[in-house]
Formats: sequence, structure tokens, C-alpha cells
Amino acid sequence: MSGPPLLEVQNISKAFGGIQALSGVSFNVHSRDIFGIIGPNGSGKTTLVNSITGFVRIDSGKVNFQGREISNLPPHKIADLGVTRTFQIMRPYYSLPAYKNLIIPLFSPRARRTGGWRGGGKLGDRDTVGIDILEEIGFERDSQVPYKLASTLPTGYLKRLELARCLALRPELILCDEVFSGLSMSEIASMLPLIERLQMEGITLIMIEHRLKELFRVANRVLVMNFGQKLIEGSPEEVMADPKVKEAYLGSEDLSDYV
Amino acid sequence: MAGADVRKERLDRGIKVRTSGIYAISGGKEIGYLILPRLVLIAGLLLLPLVVTNPYWQRVISIVGIYALLALSFDFLTHYVGLVSLGGAFFVGVGGYLAALLNTKLGLSPLFSIPLATVGGGLFCTLAILPCLPLRGVYFSIVTLMYPLLAMRVIEALNIFGGTEGIMGVASFPNRWVEQYSLIVVLLLALFGLRRLVNTDLGLVFRAVKDNDQAVKASGINITHYKTLAVFISASLACLGGAYLVHIYMWAGISTLALDFSIIPIAATVIGGGGTLVGPVLGALILVPISELLRAFGTLRIVFYALILMAFIVFRSEGIMVYAQRKYHQFEKWVQV
Amino acid sequence: MEILVYGIVNSVTLALMALGFTLVYGISGLPNFAHGALYVITGFIVWSLLNTLKVPYLAAVILALLVTGLIGAAIYYFILIRIRGMATSEIIASYAIGLAILEGLRWGGFKGMTYTLPAFIPGSLNLGGVEIDYQRIVVVLLGAAVMGGLWLFTHYNRIGLALRGMAQDERAAMMLGIDSDRMAILSMFLGSVLAGLAAVALLPLGNIVVEAGYNVLIMAIAVCIVGGLGSWVGAVLAAFVIGFAQILTVVYLEPHFQMVVAILAIIVTLILKPSGLFGRQKELEERV
Repeated sequence: MSGPPLLEVQNISKAFGGIQALSGVSFNVHSRDIFGIIGPNGSGKTTLVNSITGFVRIDSGKVNFQGREISNLPPHKIADLGVTRTFQIMRPYYSLPAYKNLIIPLFSPRARRTGGWRGGGKLGDRDTVGIDILEEIGFERDSQVPYKLASTLPTGYLKRLELARCLALRPELILCDEVFSGLSMSEIASMLPLIERLQMEGITLIMIEHRLKELFRVANRVLVMNFGQKLIEGSPEEVMADPKVKEAYLGSEDLSDYV
Repeated sequence: MAGADVRKERLDRGIKVRTSGIYAISGGKEIGYLILPRLVLIAGLLLLPLVVTNPYWQRVISIVGIYALLALSFDFLTHYVGLVSLGGAFFVGVGGYLAALLNTKLGLSPLFSIPLATVGGGLFCTLAILPCLPLRGVYFSIVTLMYPLLAMRVIEALNIFGGTEGIMGVASFPNRWVEQYSLIVVLLLALFGLRRLVNTDLGLVFRAVKDNDQAVKASGINITHYKTLAVFISASLACLGGAYLVHIYMWAGISTLALDFSIIPIAATVIGGGGTLVGPVLGALILVPISELLRAFGTLRIVFYALILMAFIVFRSEGIMVYAQRKYHQFEKWVQV
Repeated sequence: MEILVYGIVNSVTLALMALGFTLVYGISGLPNFAHGALYVITGFIVWSLLNTLKVPYLAAVILALLVTGLIGAAIYYFILIRIRGMATSEIIASYAIGLAILEGLRWGGFKGMTYTLPAFIPGSLNLGGVEIDYQRIVVVLLGAAVMGGLWLFTHYNRIGLALRGMAQDERAAMMLGIDSDRMAILSMFLGSVLAGLAAVALLPLGNIVVEAGYNVLIMAIAVCIVGGLGSWVGAVLAAFVIGFAQILTVVYLEPHFQMVVAILAIIVTLILKPSGLFGRQKELEERV
């Protein structure tokens, strides 16, 4: 791995009341990584995403992005630097049509500065740019789908809409909180090339997943969390072979059954 | 063979395309279909002062206008930004007192005191509400409910602004035509202005703050900025209403902070149909005259609109305008199954 | 000494006013903005029983408390149950009910200075140089008894324990066979009785006026918010904080500012620490 890391997470801890959700987690993410984070339910994965993106305040530790400390900045400032996230529980703007959902990120200072997805300086008409992004991410342009109310869209499209909302900011780093959950095999299969394309566009991704098989196909590094702590970190192969991971996930059975 | 083998079929009128708000218009009939309701409203409001001849009811027209402004302000803040303020009277009081002070102390005529009170009052209210903006839902409502009460007690305790007596001798309008027509024009401007605003990109950001403020934050937008702006718009409208009120009654007192100005606009919004902007105006147009009719019964009218408000909320009524809009945009017919 | 005595009396008064509100919110999460109306209505029921039906005082009080409790339960059962969980609707609807009751009473002719209740025990005594009438001592004792009684009820009684269970985790309680609607009705009943009890104890100190309804509501909200919504230990502590703050402003500033203190307490607490001074860490333990 060459060059300084894009995102450095140093020894961060977070407690909710008496529950230690994160204790001393550290890892580095490099530019153009697809960095997977896995772990059993309640192991602190979502808290980790919330801490990095400023949605919860961390008690101790440091988060650096492009060499600049971002720990405990408000969420909108962190997003303004290019660190965006999707939500595990999808919350589109239900009362707006799908393409109008993208007006909001396109209205942000960052999008105005960078010209939105694809960049190129000046941001054009937001409606048009929004529909372009939706097409890019798999909404059929000439169908009714981009114009439907978000409340009427099926899960697969909503997950894509979440990603589209991030892309509209022209981000450096996207933290995806379980974008595959609730999707069928074929829907995931159609999402995977999209993820790889984003990586080729130069976007770094951190992906929290329960669908290990699909994750391991695209990720180049994987972090395993358990009880708010980092269990191990390594390539997908290393992680799969590690006995501690099997232990955490399934007692002591073979992880390959799970995958 | 009515009954089992017949059912009601609803069809959307043909001119809506793809999504609500975009229309494909062909021919005069469809233009008429779109323009007609707006025309009826505008013409109706403009004709009102000409039609009503009884001086008592002419005064009621102005009161309706003021309550319509307050209801608009409440509807915008509640249904487009998601901030439920139960203390509309605070805005009214600030606008009213400010206009009265500008008029009596600085000798400004209503032509200047009203706009200044609108903007200045809006700024003052926004600054006062600013610390509460991070609060969510119920907590924001409770805090805002306290603001008019606090202002009332402070004025009483410090005996400022004329204390319980109020500020007398505020200038009135030159004649009733100026009073009523300027108010109606301002109301129409506010109504159509807000309707346009909520459909611009800025308006979409407001609505997004209501739908899902977390996602707006994650989109790199500082929601406090936009909430502040929305409160300013809403407060200014209510301050405008307050300023008119004071100039019409030629008096500013603690009763401009009274409960009526918080509750009636809410009731008007709920009855007229929240989130439609036209609905609250219609609600005020219905509720205020009824309330005036009941004036002889004293506080019974408060009981009356409290009960109406409760009934509309408890039965989760959608309000008159939402119902009317749906009926207007759909054909209905009975078909054989 | 004067500050101490009147501070305690005032604090217990506030606690009495607030306990009913905090009990209902703590158990069923319902902000009962009709609380002040229930307080006033008890006063008028007692007065009517005493003066028109010539019922003995004690019987009138007990009857009035029962009626108020039933009114509270009916408000929940017929009205608020339909909008359960929609907090803003609950506030507006219950506030509208309270408004209707209070203004209805005003319309019905209950206004002015003519409506008073007799003190339980007339007369006063000298306590370390401070004149204090027996009624105020009764208020303090009753307040202490209510707090103690509530504690015993929620810790050693089956229904009390069920209420506590609901307060901590409604869903879990429902799974264990506790009927959440019945418990909510019960909480409204108890909360209304407590509002009535406060009225019975406090009204002999002054006149029965409709405005008291609004003031009691503000005081109850102030105490509950400063103490952390739904925590009754917090509410009692907050009652003492606000109670003494008010007495101090009366002594050193001006009586007019008493209400300003309460309202400011609400606004400042919500802005600085929305969970209340004593909220959060005690939340799970002491919600009932």
C-alpha cells in the first residue's frame, strides 16, 4: 500500500450509558479501497459509521480524513469534505419523486462547488443532473421510475437512491451501511458491477455487510468487529481463514458454510 | 341493480403527467380547469370588501385577513419544515408592539411601520427562537408554547410598553378601502409566494428537513441555517399580521399575545387542510366569522373552536382543501362489474 | 428561616401540582395538557357539592376526586386513545380539551372571587418566628404522604409494579400480559386524582379561579421538564429547585417574577439539557 491513508481511525471509543459500543478501534483506509466491515449484530458497526460521519460524538480517539482531523465535527461539515454515508434504515424523502430527492444534495455547498456528480465546474439544471445520476445508478431514464414518489418505490430502487444521494455530492469516500440487506440475489448481482465502477471512478468505499459472500467478491480489505472491538483486519482470504472470526460468528463452526 | 355489481371508479383527469405538479396542457378547456379555482379565490377575496356593507362585518374581513396570514405562517412552518410552533401569539405580539412603538414613538406612518415591524419583528423572533432550533418534535412545541406566556409576564412584571394598559393612540389607516385591500393583496401575495417557494429547490430542502433531517445533514447541508430561514419567513408573516392588527385596533396590549392568536390559526389550518397553504386561508374564512357570530356567548366561542379543533385532530381529518383537491382532480363514476 | 419555611411549602405545592402530570407522562408517554383543567374542575365539584348539595366536606372531597379520576379516564378512553403515540396531536388535542373545560367553566359563570373552599383546620401557628397557617402544614404533610404512597404503591403493589413495567418498556410489558391500554387508562385515572388532590389541598389557600388552571399547567410542565420528563424523583427534586428559586425572587426581587422564573426554567432547561436536570441516568430506575 502506497501513500498516506485517506481515512485514519485512531483508537476511538464510544459508550452509551453503561454500554461500551466501541472500545479503542483503529484502522486505516486507503484511496480506492473497498473496505469491508463485518461482525455479528451489536458488534458496533453502525456506531462506527455514525462516529466517523459525526452523527454521534466519540468519547476518545481521533478520526483523520486526508490528513485533517474530522473527529466530532458536525455531520454536514464532514459531508462537505466529501465523506458521505448511506443509512441502514432507508429514509428517502418520501413525499418527493425519486429525482427530486437528489435536489437536496445537489443544493448543498459541496455540490455547487464541485459541480455535482462528474464535476466539471458549473452545476447545470438540478433536475437534469438528478436524472443523469439516477440513470447512472440503474434507474431506467425513459421509464416512469425516476418520476415516481419515493414512497412507492421498491427496496432495490430505494437502496440505489441512497447511493445516488451520496454520489450527488461527488464524494471522496462513501460509507455504505448494509446496502445489500433486504435485496434479492439478482438485485445484489446487479449492484456489484456498480460498486466496482464507483471504485474505478476513484471513489473509496467502506461497506458494512452481513452478506459476506458478495462482500468478499469486491472488497480488498476486511475488518472484523466483535463486542465493540477490532477482532482482526486483513484481506478477505486471511479473514475467512482466521479461527477467531469463525468463533465470533458461529461459535466454532466452519465459516465457509456461512459464506 | 345497485349494490353488489356496481362499484365506484375513480380516474385521474388526463392532464397530469408523470408526477404531480407537471401538467400537459392542451386547449382552453384544460387551461380553464387549472385557472378556475385560483380565479375564484382571487376574485372572491377582492370582491369581499365591495359586497359586505355592514360596518361590523367589514371589520371582520380585516380580522379574517389577519388570521389567514397567521394560519399561513403556521401551515408553512408545520407542514413544510416540520417545526410545530404552538406559540404563534408570540410573533403576533412582537410584530404588534414593534409597529405600535414605531408609530407612536418615532411617528412613522403605517406605510413604514408595518413593513419595518414585519422584517424587524421577524428578525427579533428568529433570534429568540434560535436557541430552541435543535429541539425536536414535542420539545420544540412546548418551548414555543411558553414564549408568549413569558413575554406577557415580563411586560406585566417590568411594566414596560405601557404594562397592562398597553400602548394607546396608534395611527389607523386612512380609510377602510386602504386597510382591507392592502391586507387582501398582501395575503394573496403571501399565499402565492409561499406556494411558489415550497416548490423551488430551496422549498424542497425545507420539505426534506421535515421528512428526514438526518439525510439532509448527510448531504452536507447545515439544517440549522434552513430552519432559521424558515422561522424567519414564518415569523415575519405573523408579525405582519400583528402589525396590521395593532393599526386596525389603534392599540397594542398584552392581549396581542393572547391564546387566540396561537389557537385559532392552528384550528383554521387543521380544518382547511394542513399542507395545502390555501386550506388555512379557507379555514380562517370559515372559522373567524363563526367565531364572531358566537361573540355574544363570550368564552363559549373558545370552547367551540377548541372542540372543533379536537374533533378534527382526533378523527384525523384531512381537512376541507385536501378533500376538495382530490375530488377536483378525479372523475368519479359508477361502473358495472 | 422565613425563606426556608416558605421555600419548603412552595416546593411541596409545586410537587403536588406536578406529580399527576409526571405520573401520566411517565407511564403512558402522554403529555396531558388538560391537567390544569382537571385541577380546577375538582375545585368546582367540591364547591358545588358543599354549597348546593350540602354534602359533608370529607365526603365531598372523596366524591370529587373519584369524579375527576373518571373524567380523566374518560378523556383517555373516548378521545386520546385514538391518537396515541402522535405526540404533537396528543398535546394539541389534550390542550383543546383543557381549554374547552376551563373556558366552559368560565362561561358557566365561575369567575371572580366568590368561590372559596374552607380550610381543613383553620388557624395558624408560629414556627421559629414564622407565622404559618395549618392548611400549609397540611399541604406539606399531604405532599409527603402522596410521594411516600406513590413509592410504596409502585414498589409493593401488583398494579403499581405493572405500571412501572409499562413505564420502562411498553412492548416487553405487553408481551408479559400487561394490557397497555388498561394501564394507560389507569394512569390517567391516577394522574387526574392526583391533580384533584392537589386542588383540594391548595385551593383553600385562595379562590377557585379559572386562571389557576393555566398556571397549574405551566407549573407542572416547568417542574416536569426541569426534572426530566416522566421521572418522578426528578420532578420532586425539580419542585424544590424551582420552589426555592421562586421564593428567593419574591423576597429579593418582586412577586411578579414568580411565573417568569418558572417559564424561564422551562426554556433554559430545554435549550441546555433537554433530558432535564435529573433525567437520563435515572431514567430506567425511576420513571414511575
